[in-house]
Amino acid sequence: MSGGVQGLGRLGIMASWLKPRPGSEGHRRRRGSLVAWVILIAGVVYFLVPLVATFQFSLRPTPTTLAYTNVLNDPKFSGSLLYSFTVAIITIFASLAIIVPTAFWVRLKVPHLRTAVEFVTLMPFIIPAVILVFGVIRVYSAKPFVFTRTEFGSDALLVATYVVLSFPYMYRAVDTGLAAIDVRSLTEAAQSLGAGWPRIIVRVILPNLRTALLSGAFLTFAIVLGEYTIASFLARNDQFGVYLSLLGQNKAFEPAAVSLISFGLTWLAMIVIALIGRGSRVTVVGAR
Amino acid sequence: MSFLELTGIQKHFGPVVAVEDFNLAAERGEFVSFLGPSGCGKTTTLRMIAGFEIPTAGTIRLDGGDITNRPPNRRNVGMVFQSYALFPNMNVADNVGFGLKVRKRPSDQIKKRVGELLELVHLGKMGPRYPYQLSGGQQQRVALARALAFEPEVLLLDEPLSALDAKIRVSLRQEIRAIQRQLGITTVYVTHDQEEALSLSDRIVVMSEGRIEQIGTPFDVYNFPTTGFVASFVGTLNVLPAAVVESGSGRLSVGGQEFRISRPVEARAGETISLALRPEMVTLGTGPEGSNVLRGTVADVSFLGSIVRMRIRIVDGVVVTLDVFNEPTLVLPQLQESITISFPAEGPLVLESVPVPVADVLALEA
Repeated sequence: MSGGVQGLGRLGIMASWLKPRPGSEGHRRRRGSLVAWVILIAGVVYFLVPLVATFQFSLRPTPTTLAYTNVLNDPKFSGSLLYSFTVAIITIFASLAIIVPTAFWVRLKVPHLRTAVEFVTLMPFIIPAVILVFGVIRVYSAKPFVFTRTEFGSDALLVATYVVLSFPYMYRAVDTGLAAIDVRSLTEAAQSLGAGWPRIIVRVILPNLRTALLSGAFLTFAIVLGEYTIASFLARNDQFGVYLSLLGQNKAFEPAAVSLISFGLTWLAMIVIALIGRGSRVTVVGAR
Repeated sequence: MSFLELTGIQKHFGPVVAVEDFNLAAERGEFVSFLGPSGCGKTTTLRMIAGFEIPTAGTIRLDGGDITNRPPNRRNVGMVFQSYALFPNMNVADNVGFGLKVRKRPSDQIKKRVGELLELVHLGKMGPRYPYQLSGGQQQRVALARALAFEPEVLLLDEPLSALDAKIRVSLRQEIRAIQRQLGITTVYVTHDQEEALSLSDRIVVMSEGRIEQIGTPFDVYNFPTTGFVASFVGTLNVLPAAVVESGSGRLSVGGQEFRISRPVEARAGETISLALRPEMVTLGTGPEGSNVLRGTVADVSFLGSIVRMRIRIVDGVVVTLDVFNEPTLVLPQLQESITISFPAEGPLVLESVPVPVADVLALEA
């Protein structure tokens, strides 16, 4: 009996050893971990509650899927989605065509200009979209550059403005990708092996930037899909953001359904990027 | 006319002079090393041969043709980088075959050549692997195979072993030399490691502050340095301030102890000159008849494995370092013990200029 009491006493001492003392390293770590969990849960709630509420709201009509069937049967939905997809793809390629050689050249030949170029690409963050579009309309609706009088001209202006909007995201993504590889050595190695600039960019640099390019492309895609101000002022009513806004003015439940569908598409795109990125065999090696 | 000629090469980066008045003529199949401390211009010179930098002045000729302004992809010069610079998106075989694909060689020819090169660098079965699946030494072998695959006229190596550990460095440098001899390719090798340069090269170009200090065989550079910088940078060296007693007969003195060197000196009696004396030229004891003898006290004894390094103070401020081969019967002297050292009259070299103040630094280690 006494032995059992002694044993329990020992266990009690052990338990007090296991329990972190206030102010100890273990105690601080546990408290830090608790704070992290609280922040994580708050973030998840903040993020999920509006989604759940929107989803619940979209199911209110009878039958519950009515809002979704209405949206999916609406030719304007697929039309606007197709239009925005097309604009997004053209924007992505145009943006890549400008940003990749620029970022590559800056890293390789004029690294001292990197801060200046980075600042220029940040301009869309500084200039509000409404100012930007007014400037575009003012310049390109008068001679000698009359773009706004034709559908094609307005579409071209929309893409051009979106390309500018994509700069901060695309430049950062590409520049980060370039920072992860030894651009100078890879370029010089390819040059010493006889390769010219087109081959260096296509065969050596671009394949090693795959994940970075996909990230930039995805961000651009998301911006184009949800953009409203510029499309609205350029009267591009087929743009998905404008369609969503117009739908919200006339219908109650359908905008909620469209929002969730576009959200799903965005997540799908992210998953695709994650999968493609995971398949990438590019791993930076070598001595630095 | 030599195979690779650099004549009057200069390179300025704004106000900074990176390379000045660089002249070199390398023969076909020769292994030349550029040796010097960081910032001496050796890599800049190599990059000018590769075409990554254009000289501010001077000409570079390869096999008689002027390549000074030719772009790097049209020079037919292979290069191995310190950082390996393997293409991460390509496997080993594709990396090695890249230069051949650029030259539009038939695929069966590329496959055969890649196989030969991988065998040459002892990586025969590594073709399908990616660079990240290889060790540092293996990656550098792939880089070497890639640089050789398209049969360049010149092979350039920019500190290719400096990122590897000591054992691999030694084995790989022997392989590089063996391959270079086998292929007979003209090679320019940049290093700051004197042991690497001495063991690999047919000739060494010792550089300092953008200028050539000395060009010579490893034997000449080590044994007959022409400047104080070369003497101090290549190998371990004692620099002794010696007073001239009689210039014609080469009689000198250190701390009042007289000795003789085999050559007359140009300085007049009473003046002080700087002498370079390798540790291996100095022995404990009085030495054979006719040797110079100095007496001093033991200042330090360091056990370095195969050798024991001792520092003998001749007078205050004058210390001579000497090496003794380690053997089990060796009796090490005690600190502060009075001791005699000797060296032959042919041992010391009179230095033209000394890059360090001789009064306070007397034993330099490169």
